[in-house]
Amino acid sequence: MVHYLLFFIFAALAVAGAINLLAQKHPIASALSLIVVMGSLAGEYMLLGAEFVAVIQVIVYAGAIMVLFVFVIMLLNAGVEERSGRGSRVAVIFGFPAMLALGILLAWALIERNPANAPVGVGAMYGPARSIAQQLFRPYLLPFEITSVLILIAIMGAVVLARRED
Amino acid sequence: MHTTMQLWLIPILPLAGCAINGLFGRRYSNVMVTLVALLGSGAAFAWALVVAMRFAALSASAIPYNESYGTWLRAGDFSVPFGLMVDQLTLVMLLVVTGVGFLIHIYSVGYMAHEGGYYRFFSYLNLFMFFMLTLVLANNYLLMFVGWEGVGLASYLLIGFFFVRDSAASAGKKAFIVNRIGDFGFLIALFLLIRQFNTLTFAAIFSHVSDLPVEQHAGLLTAVGMLLMVGACGKSAQLPLYVWLPDAMEGPTPVSALIHAATMVTAGVYMVTRSNPIFYRAPDALLMVAVIGTLTALFAATIGITQNDIKRVLAYSTVSQLGYMFMGAGVAAFSAGIFHLMTHAFFKALLFLGAGSVIHALGGEQDMRNMGGLRRYIPYTFWTMTAATFAIAGFFPFAGFFSKDEILWQALSSEHGSTWFWAIGALTAFITSFYMFRLWFMTFFGEYRGAAQAGSEHGGHGHHVPSGDSHTVAHASSGTAHGSTHEAQGHHTPHESPWVMLGPLVVLAILSVIGGWIGWPQAIGGSNHFEHFLAPVVSFHAEQAAVSEVEHGKELLFAAISLVLAFAGLFFAWLFYYKRRDLPEKASAWFGMVYRLVRDKYRIDELYAALFVQPLINGSSKLLWRGIDVGTIDGAINASARGAQEVSDGMRHMQSGNIRSYAGWIALGAVAIVIYMLVVGAR
Amino acid sequence: MVPLSYYLVLSAVLFACGVAGFLIKRNIITIFMSIELMLNAVNLSFVAFAAQWKLLDGQVFVFFVMVVAAAESAVGLAIIIAVFRTRQTLNVDRVNLLKL
Repeated sequence: MVHYLLFFIFAALAVAGAINLLAQKHPIASALSLIVVMGSLAGEYMLLGAEFVAVIQVIVYAGAIMVLFVFVIMLLNAGVEERSGRGSRVAVIFGFPAMLALGILLAWALIERNPANAPVGVGAMYGPARSIAQQLFRPYLLPFEITSVLILIAIMGAVVLARRED
Repeated sequence: MHTTMQLWLIPILPLAGCAINGLFGRRYSNVMVTLVALLGSGAAFAWALVVAMRFAALSASAIPYNESYGTWLRAGDFSVPFGLMVDQLTLVMLLVVTGVGFLIHIYSVGYMAHEGGYYRFFSYLNLFMFFMLTLVLANNYLLMFVGWEGVGLASYLLIGFFFVRDSAASAGKKAFIVNRIGDFGFLIALFLLIRQFNTLTFAAIFSHVSDLPVEQHAGLLTAVGMLLMVGACGKSAQLPLYVWLPDAMEGPTPVSALIHAATMVTAGVYMVTRSNPIFYRAPDALLMVAVIGTLTALFAATIGITQNDIKRVLAYSTVSQLGYMFMGAGVAAFSAGIFHLMTHAFFKALLFLGAGSVIHALGGEQDMRNMGGLRRYIPYTFWTMTAATFAIAGFFPFAGFFSKDEILWQALSSEHGSTWFWAIGALTAFITSFYMFRLWFMTFFGEYRGAAQAGSEHGGHGHHVPSGDSHTVAHASSGTAHGSTHEAQGHHTPHESPWVMLGPLVVLAILSVIGGWIGWPQAIGGSNHFEHFLAPVVSFHAEQAAVSEVEHGKELLFAAISLVLAFAGLFFAWLFYYKRRDLPEKASAWFGMVYRLVRDKYRIDELYAALFVQPLINGSSKLLWRGIDVGTIDGAINASARGAQEVSDGMRHMQSGNIRSYAGWIALGAVAIVIYMLVVGAR
Repeated sequence: MVPLSYYLVLSAVLFACGVAGFLIKRNIITIFMSIELMLNAVNLSFVAFAAQWKLLDGQVFVFFVMVVAAAESAVGLAIIIAVFRTRQTLNVDRVNLLKL
């Protein structure tokens, strides 16, 4: 019962944040809405027992990535989104229906394809840091090491790209 | 035998002459070209005489004498050799072709002396000799067909010799195309023969055919015979494929003499005679030959009455006489047909050469209405043409009497003949005599109506005396295509031709007189050497028993009838064109529309043009050219190019430079992939 | 005991919103944020499936997705800064030098 309640609270928050992201005109407001979404998703993860992932979500996603977004918005002094006349017909014609279709498709797919539509209990897959670490350092060692290289590359790329030209 | 005949020399010598003149003649002087050409044809004639002498020494079992120079085609067990043969029939043709050909070469030296393209003319003439000799000497149908086609080619080249003139070029084309139609029939016959007998050699086919019975109704041999006749109709200008021969008069006169009188057009008769075993066993085909020949003879003779161009009259006369030859062949009197072929070669070549001499004398005039009284000016030409005219009209004892009479008698008495053939043949003989003497009187007698006088032109029918200006000749019927570039200069006095032209005329005149004597029939006391000579080749039944006296009497009677008809023709021509010159106009007015129809050659050319030529041209230009070539093929290619352009134009909008449209396309692609994965793949 | 499908539907809805934002929005940074939203939605479905199949691999995958998202956003924002410097605009429709 509580499970349901918590689930729906977090779900409602997430969806509201997502819609707000679409609705807001100022990017900073959209960023803050995204932070709300991330936070509520962290709550969902907790409900599913993935505590490590939830914490990581908050620390890395909401805490680092979104902060980066906010910094950039403020750096560039992004204002209210202008109304430019030149929209794209493709986006309108293909985009909305595509979005709708995609949503329906995904929903249908995800529901129909799953033979065991079994209920998932709270904390169904308990994923503490220890277990995750055991996965990371044993079967998934190679991807783990490669991601470190990836991050290195990303840092270098970001530095080079954003450098002032003088 | 210890002396081979080296038959190959006979065609190769003219071919060498053709090659030398063709390749190098442009740089030679006329004398050199003449030498080469005369050497080419003269040597062929000389060697033909040698072959004749050696042939005479052969025993009967060695005939037909074959020489083979290797295999030409081989496909499985079907093979065709390069083979030449000589038998009695070949010998006759060989001597006629080389002899008359050589004489005409000599004549051409004089006639073409002032023409451009002298070397080209002799090169083509030698080429023609080569092909004709190949045709005659071949021992299988395929090699004969090579010669057959080749003479058609040579004819085309020579008819269109003055190719800068549109009418000449068109006439050459017409000849070749109509010939091809006949050749199509010939080819189908060859295919049938290959299919049935798996060989094309005469000896092999005829021995196979001998084992077959006489076909009472349509069968393979009848089909072959009829198709061979179709081929002969094309080459020998019989109904309905005769239309090219009158137009072929556009060529120089020696060409008309050689090709369209003496040799090429007789190839059809030769071919039918050579194939006589097939025809003996296909009576229906034989009947077709006779009917076509007879009708053509009458048809062409009627047109000949009304023509005013001297060469046209002779052209229609040739068609008519060829009809006689086919009539002879069609009643299984093959030797009579060949006999007439030989005598006709003599007097028709003479007539054409004489006409050429007349034209040369008048500086290019060909319309008989502008001639007259020429016997005073060109006596040698006059006397030689007189001999030829009496010969063709069938007067005793000239050559034409014997051969034509033989045909008419056989048409009546042969088991394949009928009274109808004789009757139409006799009527045609009368008409022949009439129009030939008409030509004779109009050209050589009376007052000279030529270029010396000016006068009013008159239209319509042209039997009238008076003059027309020789330049303004615009006749629908006679088509004054002057066969040379001799302009009508205002030669007020016609002059005789040089001896290089007169010599052959004299020789041919002698032959026209005595040439028939080797066929002197038994009925009048001769022994008909000619028929006996050819008998081994053309006889199917056993030697005919000695004919009874009653038969001889009948034969004499009909010969007498023919003579009467010939005299009647002479009489009427004398009446109409010498005594009472007003009669022709009255007669033509009395006949009115019929006369006009005949004068316009029964409008056959117009009929063919409407039936075949115009639809073909329309079909070709509208359907094939505009419809298919421009519309469909070009259109398809252009449309595909345009389609590619339009597709790329459409695709271009994807690359709009607008980032959001890219985003839209990406979204669309993602949806597509998801759908695919859901529906098709990745389970 | 929430059925699994609820989580999946939520994930789908969030994803659809991300796509919509991706297509509708004109500000490049907002578009980027929509991409992040899409990634998050996918993360959710990973974790939900991990919970269903009782396999930890789903959560490990989420870890990697996050790493990649971080790297990508860093580089992407650097690009945005670079573009901003030249074009002086954040309106994605204005970045159209390749337009015909």
